[in-house]
Amino acid sequence: MTLDPSVRWSLAAIFGALLLSTIIVQTLIRLKPSGDFSNLRQRVNSWWVMVTVFSLAMTLSRNVSIVFFGFMSFLALKEFLSLIPTRRADRRVLFWAYLAIPLQFYLVYLEWYGMFIIFIPVYMFLLLPLRMVTIGQTKGYVRAAGTIHWGLMLTVFCLSHTAFMLVLRESKAPDSFPGPGLVLFLVVLTQLNDVCQFIWGKSLGRRKILPKVSPGKTWAGFLGGVSTTTVIAWQAGPFLTMLNGWQSSVAGLIIGIGGFVGDVNLSALKRDLQVKDSGSLLPGHGGILDRVDSLTYAAPLFFHYVYWLYDFQTFGTSIGQ
Amino acid sequence: MNKLCRLLFFALFVRPIMLIVLGLNVRRREGLPAKGPAVLVANHNSHLDAVTLMSLFPLRMLPKIRPVAAQDYFFRNPWLKWFALRIMGILPLDREVKSKRKHPLAGINEALDRGEIVIVFPEGSRGAPEQLGDFKVGIAHIAKKSPKAPVIPIYMHGLGKVLPKGEALLVPFFLDVFIGEPIPWEGNKTEFMEDMTNQMTALAEEGNFSPWE
Repeated sequence: MTLDPSVRWSLAAIFGALLLSTIIVQTLIRLKPSGDFSNLRQRVNSWWVMVTVFSLAMTLSRNVSIVFFGFMSFLALKEFLSLIPTRRADRRVLFWAYLAIPLQFYLVYLEWYGMFIIFIPVYMFLLLPLRMVTIGQTKGYVRAAGTIHWGLMLTVFCLSHTAFMLVLRESKAPDSFPGPGLVLFLVVLTQLNDVCQFIWGKSLGRRKILPKVSPGKTWAGFLGGVSTTTVIAWQAGPFLTMLNGWQSSVAGLIIGIGGFVGDVNLSALKRDLQVKDSGSLLPGHGGILDRVDSLTYAAPLFFHYVYWLYDFQTFGTSIGQ
Repeated sequence: MNKLCRLLFFALFVRPIMLIVLGLNVRRREGLPAKGPAVLVANHNSHLDAVTLMSLFPLRMLPKIRPVAAQDYFFRNPWLKWFALRIMGILPLDREVKSKRKHPLAGINEALDRGEIVIVFPEGSRGAPEQLGDFKVGIAHIAKKSPKAPVIPIYMHGLGKVLPKGEALLVPFFLDVFIGEPIPWEGNKTEFMEDMTNQMTALAEEGNFSPWE
């Protein structure tokens, strides 16, 4: 896979931004030795690890990228299943749920859109309860069936849209892959949106937007974040993707709002289970779910927006033509 | 040869599983001893408990770390015996004491005298998954005979879900390992046991874990 120069330049720019933030944090530590910057430092260090792994995954080859997103889904599902109450009787059901990951990402590899889009919502949805009734534990059945599939939808189905974006081919140019640019646009804007909402909220935030779910989130953070993301999208979209400025702004709006909902959706889950972080995989951030929560909403919404805008050729539609 | 086998087993098999398939969340890692003698006291849920604790230490310390394990269980057949003694480096514990010649726990104190780190599961067996059982008083005896070795309580959560007693299928979950403060030996077995039970219960509650039933 030869990467578009725009993708290479964007990755270089991200590393530049990271270097800049490292210098800022180091300067802060020098200037105020009394202050506690340990969380900030941990955060930036974790960003280095994440950006490096992501860049390698994106640049090495298309298959490496697919495996990378599959592994991300595995970590997210594992974190989800470790967090929620599960039943002893369902160990084998959970094993089957994990098996959905290699299959789902194999469908991405095949570019088989028709099966990719129904495999988890239809087949896994019907299969897991079947496995449960053969075990026969009916106490807590509804809760178990609901929670396991809900987790599978969020962590595998929704996140795997990022991977499918990589293999999209436009019908008018089936030999070129616009995917890497689209994925970079989606992932970077989702993460920037998180950061922007945080900064706007910290500096101007007063009126709480969802006090019962996420007391730290404010209207200023939400509106400021979404508008900043929309403006950045308007500029970055035409550079990284085939979207024009107008379409890119709408994409930014979708990612900004979707990212926010994904974030508070996971916040509600954590509040229900009375935990602060979903895990401890990424020092300073929490767990993997804390990092990809926005993406669980932003990825499928952005994907289907682009899929609706343009004409794509996939395995299901190209056979027999 | 044995040393190499053990090193390879831990470097190429145990660690990748711990890192990729399962995943560890260790709280207060600095509480682990940098060198022996020391006694690690942990709750017991799974066959993987001992390898998990051993994987917390650098590979070069492996020969110094000795899990205590039931002789009647691990000496059932020659393969298992070879694996238990040579790869895991267990200190075999004879649960059916017949000869009065030697105290059954004497081997543990001898290992501590050699400066080794001993892993003990005072619940005695793996028991019901993800539930704390009663601690056997033998651990107090070990502490009494080797007062210089710190006794460090460790609570582990998750392995009873990953691979509980009687199951062969491994299901991935994140593991939590909470390391407690050393339990001092002050000359009284009852006090020591109470101290340990209280610390373990507190460590278990620290995680606020969802029930597993």
